[in-house]
Amino acid sequence: MPVTVTIPTPLRQFAGAQSEIEVEAKTAGEALDQLTSVHAELRRHLFSDQNALRNFVNVYVNDDDIRHSDGLDTALKEGDQVLIVPSIAGGSVAQLENLSTAESAPADGSQNDVLPMLSNEEIARYSRHLIMPEVGMTGQRKLKAASVLMIGTGGLGAPLGMYLAAAGVGRLGLVDFDVVDASNLQRQIIHGTKDVGRPKIASARDRIQDINPHVEIETHETRLTSENALRLFVNYDVIVDGTDNFPTRYLVNDACVLTGKPNVYGSIFRFEGQASVFWAERGPCYRCLYPEPPPPGLVPSCAEGGVLGVLPGIIGAIQANETIKIILGAPDILVNRLLLFDAWRLRFRELKLRKNPDCPVCGNHPTIKELIDYEEFCGLPQQTEVKPTMEEITATELKKRLDQGDDIQIIDVREPNEYEIGKIPNSKLIPLGQVLNRMNEIDAERETVVHCKMGGRSAKAIDALHRAGFAGKLMNLQGGITAWSNDVDPSVPKY
Amino acid sequence: MIAISQPDLEMICRHGERDYPFECCGLMLGRFEAAGRKVVSETYPISNAREEEAKRNRFLIRPEELLRGEKYAREKGLDVVGFYHSHPDDRAVPSQYDLEHAWPTYSYIVVAIEKGHAADLRSLEMEPDRSQFNEEEVAS
Repeated sequence: MPVTVTIPTPLRQFAGAQSEIEVEAKTAGEALDQLTSVHAELRRHLFSDQNALRNFVNVYVNDDDIRHSDGLDTALKEGDQVLIVPSIAGGSVAQLENLSTAESAPADGSQNDVLPMLSNEEIARYSRHLIMPEVGMTGQRKLKAASVLMIGTGGLGAPLGMYLAAAGVGRLGLVDFDVVDASNLQRQIIHGTKDVGRPKIASARDRIQDINPHVEIETHETRLTSENALRLFVNYDVIVDGTDNFPTRYLVNDACVLTGKPNVYGSIFRFEGQASVFWAERGPCYRCLYPEPPPPGLVPSCAEGGVLGVLPGIIGAIQANETIKIILGAPDILVNRLLLFDAWRLRFRELKLRKNPDCPVCGNHPTIKELIDYEEFCGLPQQTEVKPTMEEITATELKKRLDQGDDIQIIDVREPNEYEIGKIPNSKLIPLGQVLNRMNEIDAERETVVHCKMGGRSAKAIDALHRAGFAGKLMNLQGGITAWSNDVDPSVPKY
Repeated sequence: MIAISQPDLEMICRHGERDYPFECCGLMLGRFEAAGRKVVSETYPISNAREEEAKRNRFLIRPEELLRGEKYAREKGLDVVGFYHSHPDDRAVPSQYDLEHAWPTYSYIVVAIEKGHAADLRSLEMEPDRSQFNEEEVAS
């Protein structure tokens, strides 16, 4: 029978600018179905993804709330007026742990139980959570209501994303701009062999969706920058740092302090890992622990130093654990503590952390009030900066000169185990750390090409040799042995 | 963008300070103009319907209150163009909770009340696809 639905002002743009729409319906639910089948855009504002009426949307038939009648089954008669009225709710970010008290339904039953409900399918899926009182129905609904932004979908992001999705976190944001490389597969278990060459967030999204289709995934295929960080962070409850470099780590920290979000931190190198929760409202931030970044080059990256494949699995799972506890409002989260893990000796240690009252970003008198240039802060060379000149040679050029019989000695400054993987013929191994002590093994009378894996360590070696007064001619092999494999001899394996 | 007079902004800040440490809330009445511009001509304070403890970080405007506000607005030839609320001892940035309970087109003004004093104030409008809030310009 014909009834009239009154559209509230903000939703009229999705209803052809009409304020009243006539539909044929026998119940209130049917009226809304009719309405949203014609105006599909309206649906997402009225119904959740689970197809339930959003809990802040109220439907009135004439002057009565349908909650006091038969809900969406409330019968309509000809000429009835159906009104859609939002109840306006909101609240501050800070007190996630208060959700449980805040969400208990008011006694009069008229008002929304604002945590999302679980479908029977979800209840079956999460049953091992639900039967523990520490999680229970309320906790599981908090997980569903929660949103987590993951910076990076690499080694740490892989277990994190998979466990957070499996646990039923409602909305996951993924930030990455990288593509899957064969050398990632040793530890980044969210990606598979078939994914090599694909963008990491596409591959991660597919895997997460397969684990749990109830999770809403938002992909941000971009580098995290000072320009976009705050805008991204405000839309999530918890930020998880799975990055592998200092500029991004300081950026994540500062943006978390400025937006008041907890920063679940993890880092890995070779056999050692660290984890903590930096949350300025409750304890120290990353800058309280490390006010200044290490000098560039002092701490090698995983690409240079290596990493045990299972290590990010352990540290990433600890990050997932703490993220879930933050959402649940659990006691004893990893705030004020730094967890150190040594996989080789299998030891956990814990350090106490204190907030630094003079911290430039979270202290009593902060001097950093907006995001800065983190590349510059970490002492990385700016692109405009003129690098000191160092003689270089490309792999193809080197090959050409060797072929025409030029007398060139090749010094490989990598580690012995890298040398074992593959080498350039007739090269001599002198690891970077021994270069100065063994300088006399390099013949200053001959032209010398120095190389490593990518060209970084060999540049340092040349620099050190020059400073130590080495007089011979030194050239850096551009792109290292990787370039040699790409351009000259593909039988040399890349790693 | 939203145009709101200095006295109306003052009203919002004073309301937030008065209700501290609880969250305050209210309606903004005015007109929708071309290109998404909203002009506020008066504020309409609402008492926070949340039970005591939850009021510290939650606010709620019941539909009947909103209907009452809308009726009042209509009588004066105005529309409800948005809502304001306070974040006691927290930043004036929207929470996920805010996002999940918002509707497009409306303006949501959030004012941070630090230790009882109004600090930062900003206005937000939700993306029509519900993905995020965008900060909008507040002109007074």
